[in-house]
Amino acid sequence: MTLNMGPQHPSTHGVLRVVLELDGETVLKAKPIIGYLHTGMEKQAEYKTYTQSIPQTDRMDYLAPLSNNLALCLSAEKLLGIEAPPRVQAIRVLLTELTRISAHCVWLGTHALDIGAMTVFFYCFREREKVLSIYDMVCGARMTASYFRVGGLASDIPVGLLDKCEKFVDEMPAHTDEYETLLSKNPIWLARTEGVAPLTAAQAVALGATGPTLRGSGVSWDLRRNQPYSGYEQYDFDVPVGKSGGDAYDRYMVRVNEIRQSTRIAKQAIQKVRAMGEQGEYRLRDYKYVLPSKEEVKTSMEALIHHFKIVAHGFFPPVGEAYQAIEAPKGELGFYFISDGTPRPWRMKVRSPSFVNLQTLPTMVEGRLVADVITAIGSLDIVLGEIDR
Amino acid sequence: MADPRPQGLSPEVVEQRLRERFPDAEFRRQMGEAVRDHTLYLPADRLVEVCTFLRDDPELAFTMLVSVSGVDYLPRDPRFEVVYHLLSIPKNARFVLKVEVREEDPKVPTVTGVWPTANWLERETYDFYGIAFTGHPDLQRILLPEEWVGWPLRKDSPLGYQEVAFTHNTPDREKPDPDLKKLAPKKVKYRAH
Repeated sequence: MTLNMGPQHPSTHGVLRVVLELDGETVLKAKPIIGYLHTGMEKQAEYKTYTQSIPQTDRMDYLAPLSNNLALCLSAEKLLGIEAPPRVQAIRVLLTELTRISAHCVWLGTHALDIGAMTVFFYCFREREKVLSIYDMVCGARMTASYFRVGGLASDIPVGLLDKCEKFVDEMPAHTDEYETLLSKNPIWLARTEGVAPLTAAQAVALGATGPTLRGSGVSWDLRRNQPYSGYEQYDFDVPVGKSGGDAYDRYMVRVNEIRQSTRIAKQAIQKVRAMGEQGEYRLRDYKYVLPSKEEVKTSMEALIHHFKIVAHGFFPPVGEAYQAIEAPKGELGFYFISDGTPRPWRMKVRSPSFVNLQTLPTMVEGRLVADVITAIGSLDIVLGEIDR
Repeated sequence: MADPRPQGLSPEVVEQRLRERFPDAEFRRQMGEAVRDHTLYLPADRLVEVCTFLRDDPELAFTMLVSVSGVDYLPRDPRFEVVYHLLSIPKNARFVLKVEVREEDPKVPTVTGVWPTANWLERETYDFYGIAFTGHPDLQRILLPEEWVGWPLRKDSPLGYQEVAFTHNTPDREKPDPDLKKLAPKKVKYRAH
C-alpha cells in the first residue's frame, strides 16, 4: 500500500510530504518530497546587497534566526578579509548560544509532543519565551531578529541585557533537569526512542549528516571545536556524542546535553562581554564596509560620505569567493558567496543542514514500523523553511 | 579549550598528492585576489576517479561531501561551473573542487557512487541550472514543481513576472500580458569574468 503522509500533517513540522510504501505496518520505502516552501532566496540574493539578504536568512531556519545571520555575516567577512572586534564576537557567541538553547527547546517540546509526552512542550516553550524576550530587548523583534551585520552588530546591546541573560543562564540548568526528569528514564519515552530510527556513523557521514544527527551516531565533530569561528577557541565546553549506535534516544541525549553546554558557553561569553564593557565597540571602524554611527554622520563629513555610499550601493567586495560554515543548532550551515566585484553577490549558495539531514530519513525508517517514521522525523530536527529556502 | 585539535591537513598537501597520483590530469588552481578557499579545477571526465581517491586515500579521507553548487557565468564560455565542497572529518580539512560545464552540453558525471549525499545536492543543482548529472539514480526536480519550465537560477532567467500557476478558480482574472518585456526590468549588463 502506498500512503501519503503530509504535506499538512502535524508531525512533519511544516510542509514535508513523505510517500510511504507499506506492507502492513512495515515501511518498505520512504520518499520525502520537499519544495512546498521554496521562495527562491538564492535567486533573490543575487538582486540584493549582502546586507539586504540578512533579513531573508531569518526566514530560513526561523527557530534560530541569529545563527543564520551569523553564517551570512561570517561568510561575507571572510570574503572581504575583515574580522569583527572581540567584543562583537563575544556578543555573537552569547546570542547564538541562547539561540541554540531556544531552538533545542522547541525541538524537544515538539518532538515529545509527537511521541505523546504533552507536558514537556509547555516546559520547553516557557524557556523559549524567555529567549524570545531577550531577542525582543536586543533588537525589537521576537523571531526575525536580523541583528548581526557584516563587520559588527546593528546597534549596541541595551543596558541591562547581560543581567537578563545571566539570570536566564543561571536558571537554565535546573530547567534542563526538569526536562530530563520527565523524559530520560520515562519507560514510554524509552520504548518509543531506544533502538528506533538508527543511523550508524558510516551511514551518517556518507549521507552528509551534520550537527546533533551526526554526533548522535557517535562521531565527535563540532565546528565550534574543530574549526572554530568567532572566537570559539577561547571557550571551554564539551562535545556530547551518542553512545548506543545512533538511535533517536542518542540524538535526544546529545541535544539535551548541548543545552547544558550552551549554557556553559553563554556564561563565559557574558563574563567576556562584561570584561570588555557593557557598552562599547559594536562594529568595525572600517567605514568602507560598515555603516558609521548616526552621531558621526551628523558631525563628520567623511562619515556622511561613507554613510551615503553604503546606503546607496552597499560595500564592494573584491572579486573572489568564500565558503564559511558554522555549527548551527541543526548542523553545518554554510554560505558560499561568489563576488564579481559589485555590491551584489554573483551567487549565494546556502548549504542548509536540514536539507542534507533529511536525506537520511529513508535509511532510518525503511524496514521499520510506520509509527517510527514520526519519531525519525522528529529526531532529525528539521525546519522546512531552511530545507526549501 | 576542551579538546584541542590541530588544524590538520593543509590544502597544498592535498593538491600535491592529487598531482602525484594523477600526473596526466589537467588540474588548475583557481587564482585571484580574494579566492579564500583552496580551489582546484579539474576536467569533468576525471571527476569520479579523483573523488574516489580523495575519499579512500587514508592520508586524505575526504569522507563527506558538504555541498554541490552550480554557478552561471553568463556570457562566459564555458558558461557553468559545478563546485564541490569537501570535508575530511578524520584529518580536519576542507577542499574545493570545480568542474567547468559548457552550455551546449551541460553534463557532469554524478558522484552519488562516491558520496550518497550527492543525490539530493545534485538534484538541487539540476533543478536550478539544468545541469544533467549522468548516471544519477533519480535525476528530477526537487524544490520546484515537476512541471516547471526553465532553469530559474540561470542568469538569463528573470526574477519574477512569471505566469500565475493556478488560475482555475479565477476565470475572470486578466490573462497576463504576453508582451512581458514591457513590464520586465531593464536588462542588467553583466560584467564579463
